[in-house]
Amino acid sequence: MNNKLKIFVKGIIDVSPLMIPVVPFGIIFGVLAIDMGLTPYSTMAMSIIIFGGASQIIFLQLFSAGASSLVILSSVGAVNSRHLLYGAVLSEHLSGLRLTWKIIVSYFLVDQAFIISNDYLKKSKDENKHFHLLGSGFTCWFIWQTTTFLGIILGSIIPAKLGLTFAIPLTFLALLVDDFRKLINVMVIIVSGAVAIFGYQIIPFKAYVIVAALCGLCAAFILTKFIGKKND
Amino acid sequence: MTSWSLIIYCGLITFLTRFSMIALLKKEMFNDRVREVLSYVPSAIFPAIIFPAIFLDNSGVLDIENNPKVIAAIIATIIGVLSKNILATIFSGLISYWMLIFLFNF
Repeated sequence: MNNKLKIFVKGIIDVSPLMIPVVPFGIIFGVLAIDMGLTPYSTMAMSIIIFGGASQIIFLQLFSAGASSLVILSSVGAVNSRHLLYGAVLSEHLSGLRLTWKIIVSYFLVDQAFIISNDYLKKSKDENKHFHLLGSGFTCWFIWQTTTFLGIILGSIIPAKLGLTFAIPLTFLALLVDDFRKLINVMVIIVSGAVAIFGYQIIPFKAYVIVAALCGLCAAFILTKFIGKKND
Repeated sequence: MTSWSLIIYCGLITFLTRFSMIALLKKEMFNDRVREVLSYVPSAIFPAIIFPAIFLDNSGVLDIENNPKVIAAIIATIIGVLSKNILATIFSGLISYWMLIFLFNF
């Protein structure tokens, strides 16, 4: 087997276990989008163009609540800011690549692919090691598109009475479960949540999301200065 | 803005956050302090979605008593912290929510 293909396949195999939770996540997204009145075409387009679970669900939530475009865009940007860190971590391994490759690799850089391939990139000295990231990223992409499609089909069958929109806060809650064990994180969560609840009615354009997130980050900035990581 | 152009702009933002650091970074532009604060981004932004969706009713008024979502979310949080499992968290919350509204007519 050709070396590039071998590394690509290794990426697919390595990331596979992480795909198990992505399957229902993708289905939930598809179902919710249809439930909230998006057309099957724009639902599919979201998965292809945005290709990011949390971003797409935050988009749905704010779009259906009638938030302004600016709020939706900045919220998606805020949710995505963690990718800046991924890129910063990976850049030393990818700095030798041509621009076209950097563009392709960036499109596939989702959480699961980053977690798996960062490990591999750190260890490997192969000049084609970015094919691992391509393999893991492509796997995520394929699973995300097929499960979105499944969700679109299921979305037209599942009755609205089930109240599936409740899956949105639950999904984000699930992404935070590790943070509930850490003191600073819990305080940041409470600050942000409280600001969101009490700002909901007062702050215009549904910008409470951004205001709450900024208050949370300020809290994190102050708390980490005084408490420090050791108390986690 | 139409929903289509909004989707495209959101896609662009998502791509740029992934691409910018890979393309532009010359060694270490982020110091440890920035890195540390940025690691709190999920804890800062997700509650802004979670809390109103659980504690507020459809008209945006605080509703804590007789609110099945609050109970279901507490169950989901406990299951989540104990199991550290994303799916167990989502489904324990959904199932307890359904039990509350369909079996106990909350």
